[in-house]
Amino acid sequence: MWKRIRESRLLWPFVAWIIILAFDAIVEPGFFRLGIIEDPVYGKHLYGNLVDIFNNGAPLMLVAIGMTLVIATGGVDLSVGAVIAISAAMGAVLINPALGNQLITNDILTKNATNTPLPLIILADLAAGTLCGLWNGILVSRAKIQPMVATLILMVAGRGIAQLITNGQIMTIYYTPYFWFGNGYILGLPVSIYIVAVVFLLAWLLVRKTAIGLFVESVGINAKSTYYSGINEQNVKLLAYTFCGFCGAIAGLILSSYVHSADGNNNGLNYELDAILAVVMGGTLMSGGRFSMFASVIGAVVIWTFTVTVYSLGVPANALLAAKAVLVMVVILLYSDYTRRFMNRLFERRGTQHGTAD
Amino acid sequence: MVQQIKPFFLRYGPLLTTIAIFILAYITGGQMYPAMQKPQVFFNLFINDGSLLLVSIGMTLVILTGGIDLSVGGVLALTSTASAALLRMGVSPYIVIPLMICVGVGFGSMLGWIIQYLKVQPFIATLMGLFFARGMAYIISLTSVTITNDVYKTLALTPIYIPFIPRAYVYPTTLVAPVILLVAIYLSFFTRFGRTIYAMGNNEQSALLMGLSVARTKVAVYAFSGFCSALAGIVFSMSLLAGYGQFATGMELDAIASVVMGGTSLSGGVGNVIGTLFGVLIHGTIVSILQFNGTLSSWWTRIGVGALTLIFIGVQSLFYLKKKPSQGQ
Repeated sequence: MWKRIRESRLLWPFVAWIIILAFDAIVEPGFFRLGIIEDPVYGKHLYGNLVDIFNNGAPLMLVAIGMTLVIATGGVDLSVGAVIAISAAMGAVLINPALGNQLITNDILTKNATNTPLPLIILADLAAGTLCGLWNGILVSRAKIQPMVATLILMVAGRGIAQLITNGQIMTIYYTPYFWFGNGYILGLPVSIYIVAVVFLLAWLLVRKTAIGLFVESVGINAKSTYYSGINEQNVKLLAYTFCGFCGAIAGLILSSYVHSADGNNNGLNYELDAILAVVMGGTLMSGGRFSMFASVIGAVVIWTFTVTVYSLGVPANALLAAKAVLVMVVILLYSDYTRRFMNRLFERRGTQHGTAD
Repeated sequence: MVQQIKPFFLRYGPLLTTIAIFILAYITGGQMYPAMQKPQVFFNLFINDGSLLLVSIGMTLVILTGGIDLSVGGVLALTSTASAALLRMGVSPYIVIPLMICVGVGFGSMLGWIIQYLKVQPFIATLMGLFFARGMAYIISLTSVTITNDVYKTLALTPIYIPFIPRAYVYPTTLVAPVILLVAIYLSFFTRFGRTIYAMGNNEQSALLMGLSVARTKVAVYAFSGFCSALAGIVFSMSLLAGYGQFATGMELDAIASVVMGGTSLSGGVGNVIGTLFGVLIHGTIVSILQFNGTLSSWWTRIGVGALTLIFIGVQSLFYLKKKPSQGQ
């Protein structure tokens, strides 16, 4: 029993979460307070720090789901932040009644109106992000460029593209139905939670109820032998990157809806770091192979709880970067072979664990 | 004759392509905008891209070993902010500059140590290094710190006139990068350290079996990259007379692009530092053409650099696929 718990990949993320929550409970007694508030637009809904963690962390959870698949194939996607920015820019441009080089007057800009019907906006958002993912996938699987370099191109060029779309402006959105994704409530819970749940369910069905999950793992463990066993490893990689782009697109939609604006430079800034952190916390190795999307989602929740905690302590947002970088490093080292061997040796010496399976 | 020419082209093909493209781009720019024909524009390439050249030199050596260093922009931002903050506190620049170089070398060797001994993938370790360094820069100061130090001002603003060319000048800070370039050329071609780098890039396992000091070289290479980034940070903060955590965002890609354009293979072992110089010059030429045009916006630089990297990776795979058929997947 103890062994099963110790080897479960959900253990460490949960332990980390509980530690952070316990810290919150001590430092800030009001942290867990939940209440019901009457909102003039969205009706009665829950509010409180815990709800906020899930609501604000939703984009990260989505990106983490996509990133898990990419990392499981042995790659990495550094462009998720840029994809978020592109998707957000796409939405903002289509909503905004003044397109392109038209002179934007404040009068037009602040109108609660849209240039394009909402379903079309969502489709365009998703299409833009998925296209970015497809592009990454083609570069990695067909052009055989290292994943890190291939996605780095979009990480930098993508922000340029996002600025190109919004013509270099920070676009504020005044179209209220668009806000529903980031601020709306269904049955008292934020809409974004439902979106995450749906995407997670779809992804889970995709990888656990079909053979795709197995293919992804085998590509991550050994791409060449996968190819020789008759699996089209190129298409598996393509699918993983495209799916990651799709997740980034939804994240961009929620994020831009939540902050009511699209900013090519700052939307989804440093999300690639957070997403990698979430996946690594979830126990998926950077070298690929076995993965667990649920553990990654938990990892994302832990990161967001950590972020909210640090904010509530009054640390500026940018300084948080350094702390997070150290956290990633520690977690990666904890999961490394080196540490694992060390831990196993430690347990063996105590005589509690004989013949541990690696 | 043909037998001699073919290997020559296979060996120096990417480098020659780079030089040709640079000359072509520069001449095209000169034709489009006659003002670009002034010699000063050429020297401006060095003035404006001095820190990029520095960073790219360090990056070239790292990429030659088969690794990558994404932390360069972060270290640049950190050293610029830290030096600006220290100068504002009244510390002498003669203490600040060596101190910043120590910070860069220390940071680089720490990353190298993590990569070599804890077996973390280079891009993960250096990505964390990037965020950590930027975060530290923000911890030092959330806003831009201006530098009013006299030594910095003199170094930054004294023109050095180029002999024989009228009205052409560079600044003292501009000379740092070419000097380091010469050092890097010496290191990579004429020392044991350099040959170990190439051996590691081609095959780390066999380099190890040959008895080369792989571990020490790897740490040293990252330390050298940190050193270059720290120098770049000082040059950068001198040219702008300020330090800020948001300096040089996306410089990692510019540097990688310049290295790749210079004919260095991302899988390591192939390429040299001279090519990197021309890679940086191409980058500078594109930026100056965009500036001379005036109507194109800054984000086109980002998109352009991304596209160029892609093209050059393509060019490289054309050359190297023929050379090493067994290495491709």
